[in-house]
Amino acid sequence: MPKHLSSTAAAALLATILTGLTGAALAADKVKVGFVSTLSGPSAAIGVDIRDGFMLAVNLNGGKLGGLPAEVLVSDDQFKPDVAKGLFEKAIKRDKVDFMTGVVFSNIMLAALPEALDANVFYVSPNAAPSPMAGKDCNPLFFAVAWPNDAYHEAAGQFANQRNLKSVYLMAPNYQAGKDSLAGFKRTFKGKVVGENYTKLGQLDYAAELAEVRAAKPDVLYVFLPGGMGINFIKQFVGAGLGKDMTLLLPGFGADQDVISAVGAPMSGIFNTAHWSPDFTNPANVKFVAEFRKAYGRTPTLYASQGYDTANLLNAAVHDVKGRLEDHDAVRKALKAARFESVRGPFRFNTNQYPIQNYYVRTIGSDGNGGLVNKSFSEPILKDHGDAYVQDCKMKP
Amino acid sequence: MPTVLVLEQALNGLQFGLMLFLLAAGLTLVFGVMDMINLAHGSLYMVGAFIGAWIVGLTGSFVIGIVGAVIGTALFGMALESTLLRSLYARDHLSQVLATFALILILNDGTRMVFGNDLPLSAPDALAGPVELLPGLSYPAYRLVIIGAGLALAVLLYVLVAKTRMGALVRAGASNGEMATAMGVDIKRLFTIVFGIGAGLCAVAGVLMGPLLAVQVGMGENILILAFVVIVIGGIGSIRGALVGALLVGVVDTVGRTVMQSLFREFMPPQMASAAGPAVASVAIYVFMAALLAIRPRGLFPARG
Repeated sequence: MPKHLSSTAAAALLATILTGLTGAALAADKVKVGFVSTLSGPSAAIGVDIRDGFMLAVNLNGGKLGGLPAEVLVSDDQFKPDVAKGLFEKAIKRDKVDFMTGVVFSNIMLAALPEALDANVFYVSPNAAPSPMAGKDCNPLFFAVAWPNDAYHEAAGQFANQRNLKSVYLMAPNYQAGKDSLAGFKRTFKGKVVGENYTKLGQLDYAAELAEVRAAKPDVLYVFLPGGMGINFIKQFVGAGLGKDMTLLLPGFGADQDVISAVGAPMSGIFNTAHWSPDFTNPANVKFVAEFRKAYGRTPTLYASQGYDTANLLNAAVHDVKGRLEDHDAVRKALKAARFESVRGPFRFNTNQYPIQNYYVRTIGSDGNGGLVNKSFSEPILKDHGDAYVQDCKMKP
Repeated sequence: MPTVLVLEQALNGLQFGLMLFLLAAGLTLVFGVMDMINLAHGSLYMVGAFIGAWIVGLTGSFVIGIVGAVIGTALFGMALESTLLRSLYARDHLSQVLATFALILILNDGTRMVFGNDLPLSAPDALAGPVELLPGLSYPAYRLVIIGAGLALAVLLYVLVAKTRMGALVRAGASNGEMATAMGVDIKRLFTIVFGIGAGLCAVAGVLMGPLLAVQVGMGENILILAFVVIVIGGIGSIRGALVGALLVGVVDTVGRTVMQSLFREFMPPQMASAAGPAVASVAIYVFMAALLAIRPRGLFPARG
């Protein structure tokens, strides 16, 4: 169709002339977001919830971010760092996205992240927030929206002190977030560490490790095992009858709605620590929980809340720069200002672009309809808490 | 190391070993009797687990799930054998490896299309708790059931192979196929039946391991390598060899994850000890295999003289 072609050419010509005349970049006509996450395998529930929370915010916004039509390109990293790296490259080089987000696991994100940072594309992390990126490797293009990898564990250590628990056995997968988590627990915990075990990432059978825990006889067993690993672990912990010998203490995502629905009744009464809980009463959260339940027919997890907050942060930032997405300094400033109502309540970015926020202890109890749900203690266990690495970050503000 | 811990770890090793045996038994028969390398054996384990999880989801009964999975997978295996794999017997091992590797990829994607990437499967509620075996030693009821089922099937297979007419035919086929054919054995039908039994055993292992691991696409690939190690150690074609080999590998794996780790922890930080222990254990399995092959090139209990 020559007519169509010529009109396109004319438009292009006009645009070139206009750009030349004004000498300034034009506002973008849409926002493209590359969303790479773990959407299959035993840990798929995490990626699915981040995606659903993210898309809920976009949909409630009428399919827009900051007033511009939003195009979210969702793809599955299959829990494989090399696959994620390839998907990042595709989103950035071929689809020319404005923002990247989505990855669940720190090891996968760290493998894929250079694709975004080297191409000068912002990565806004809805979950993974490893310690190196908070400290010596901090980067102006990297924002951690959820919580620093150590934070839940620092809160859990503090809670164990408060409950006067003297000895702990620690277990985590042998990867960056696992090491961060146990370092976090030890940073605040004042009792004795009687055992420390790093399992293979993705391991699903914990018989041998549980036998060691039984022999070590700790007061509290603290386990960092995200996704399907944690579900298997708790089932096997219950199966081995260890619950009567020790307190099982978990980070929030280890006792979240996805784990509760997979494990069931044995979860009742378990303590865990998090920056968010479905029972928070701030208006943003009340709306989020109600809308999420309406849209997906289930109670949102932490991950869903993080996806939702990430989309709302992007929304606020794109709005603040009035769509001038190629002005990286302005976008960065707008992201850093975080002018949106977070479902977690008070929240701001530290100088390393990691969050400063409150952490709470939650316990699992009845939801009144025969199910189980997390309920938060009203007083935060850690208040206005940042991270331990910020002083190593040499980034200019 | 306290006795209770040693006992519990021995049970863990036994449980893992017996599950490996169920896989290796089918593999060793197919390899031994038909001289066929079937890389897709692990896919049958996956197919069995998916069929089982699907039936358990429909009926709510674990027993029906296992029975259904065994029947379904055996039929599927026999159909696969009589349509596709049969034409590979005359080919060399390289063609068999290539063809069955392709089959792994096809079955992975086929399973994904039919059932999705994964299916939930939990142990029956009655078996979700522990059983106190000795004072201070509680062991998960479900794992005890696995051990029981594994031992029962081992005995059953032994009786089948050593005491029945069909077993005699299988042994004849394994030690000298041509001679067996010359003596009037319907080798085609025998092969199909053996393949069906192997697939059924895979299904038992798949469904029983489902609640402890995860029913997901690709679940058969990692365990397949160990199953091959088992049959090489045990001697190809020998059920007895598969049992001994599987128990050895199961125990060495568990020891690596625990004893080696605590040894390493004496002189290195826990992160490194946790990585080194299992690594040394896997190395130990292969070193053991290599050493054994140097002394007994045909494995512990070779079927062929």
